[in-house]
Amino acid sequence: MVKKTKSLNLNFGPQHPAAHGVLRLILELDGEVVEKADPHIGLLHRGTEKLIEQKTYTQALPYFDRLDYVAPMNQEHAFALAAEKLLNIEVPIRAKYIRVIFCEIGRILSHILNVTTQALDVGALTPSLWGFEERETLMTFYERASGSRLHANYFRTGGVHQDIPLKLVEDIEKFCRSFPKIIDDLEGLLTDNRIFKQRNVEIGIVSKQEALDHSFSGVMLRGSGIPWDLRRSQPYEIYKDLDFKIPVGKNGDCYDRYLCRIEEMRESVKIILQCIERLPKGPIKSIDGKISPPNRDDLKQSMEALIHHFKLFTEGYRVPKGDVYTAVEAPKGEFGVYLISDGSNKPYRCKIRAPGFSHLQAMDYLIRGHMLADVPAVLGSLDIVFGEVDR
Amino acid sequence: MTENLKKIEKIINSELASKIQNSFIINEELSVEIDVNDLIEVVQFLKSNDKCKFRQLIDIAGVDYPEKDERFQLVYLFLSHENNIRIKIFIKFQPTQSINSLTKIFPSANWMEREVFDMYGIKFKNHPDLRRILTDYGFKGHPLRKDFPLTGFNEVRYSEKEKKVVYEPVKLEQNYRNFDFESPWEGSNYIKEIKNLEKDGKKN
Repeated sequence: MVKKTKSLNLNFGPQHPAAHGVLRLILELDGEVVEKADPHIGLLHRGTEKLIEQKTYTQALPYFDRLDYVAPMNQEHAFALAAEKLLNIEVPIRAKYIRVIFCEIGRILSHILNVTTQALDVGALTPSLWGFEERETLMTFYERASGSRLHANYFRTGGVHQDIPLKLVEDIEKFCRSFPKIIDDLEGLLTDNRIFKQRNVEIGIVSKQEALDHSFSGVMLRGSGIPWDLRRSQPYEIYKDLDFKIPVGKNGDCYDRYLCRIEEMRESVKIILQCIERLPKGPIKSIDGKISPPNRDDLKQSMEALIHHFKLFTEGYRVPKGDVYTAVEAPKGEFGVYLISDGSNKPYRCKIRAPGFSHLQAMDYLIRGHMLADVPAVLGSLDIVFGEVDR
Repeated sequence: MTENLKKIEKIINSELASKIQNSFIINEELSVEIDVNDLIEVVQFLKSNDKCKFRQLIDIAGVDYPEKDERFQLVYLFLSHENNIRIKIFIKFQPTQSINSLTKIFPSANWMEREVFDMYGIKFKNHPDLRRILTDYGFKGHPLRKDFPLTGFNEVRYSEKEKKVVYEPVKLEQNYRNFDFESPWEGSNYIKEIKNLEKDGKKN
């Protein structure tokens, strides 16, 4: 006798705590085994690319904070680099160091969130409570540098908005000295935890070839054993001179990706400490008055500064004709900006390449044949943030 | 870095001679222009050739030039991990043309092409599942076309009376204003046009 089975359609989301945002996932189930997953995205689509076409280059920058909102400055970085490449301007060395410090803080911010929520998705509550305390400290660093905890709007074409306070450097250093202990604590809770391992080991395995075919980048690529990090292979800013390791996974499963993220946090701490040690003095933005605004004092005294200020905040600066693609190693993978300028003060086209977009695309292939309970585990290890997936 | 690019440019130009319309290196980036119909072959070559090894499709970006006859442009960005270089492939075509899908060669092209379809209305041949991806269910129009207004056509709100979300035409208190920052010192548009005409006249 042939037993007739009917597959069950399950609607996961758009409001689901383990969906990490507004993901609607339509699952086709055979019993508890997932046969097909069809992610519906775009519920957080805000038309960033269209909006950027209507704004000057300075006005376009804050939109990048709102993409991957757990590591805002890394996104700004890609856009700033793109505009700088088209303008062909040099960034002062101090600004480069400050940028790297804050990009690495962003990486830690993102990885804490991901590691702890991944643990939360598979049933461990404590890591997220411990991790979020540290995130709060890091966000106060953001606040002290830029004035806001999340949407920093701190990087500028040609440097950063303003210099960081002296005391902040000391506090970041103090944090870096104490933070590895926190990572140890988190690892103590998770790394050898039987339940955590049962839920993550050999789940969502990605082979090397498939990682390439599906346009994976960042931890998703390194977790599968491909040693590729843009900070090392196509170094930007001062990463060339810094000493750091790139953790690479072996099996390409959720557990390896977790281990990679933990190690990356330790490396980020090392990078920040090196930057603080070497942090040079000097200007923090390009001295070209046509691109970076004059400081407050000059504004009262110099007519030229006043004109520059007025022109920069009404018209903005014009960027030479051309197109350029720049990518940075954001915490989630390769974040790229493809910028086309038609020589005016607004970008003609700004295509944002979000790593999460290609990662989520592979959801169907990753989850096929797994159990329903593995869906949150895989989704958690993909490190999805809907701000950047939907744009 | 640039030497590597030049090497690759040479290889591509010699191996695919007839298919390359134009190639150049600007801003340390290699760009190659090809014909729409050669897309599959060129991409296949870039992926499988031992010297190129562009094994990863990074992104597909659409661009709209409404004033041109070949209105749309697609830019394919590829990355080779082995050689550590990137390449941009450009194709230009008319709105009526449909483009060969790359999903057979790169599975990740699936969503990227869906996005281009959603944003520009460009159709892809042999695409397994060409649906809208980012916009709302039942959305009309293609938002990233230059003739699509920034404010859109419809807005949504929750209606207390009907107890559901309703769609209404956009109503703005003030129309969207687009400021012209054309500097008067550099000459307004009509003055520039006259100047350009004079320049051309002198050349001839």
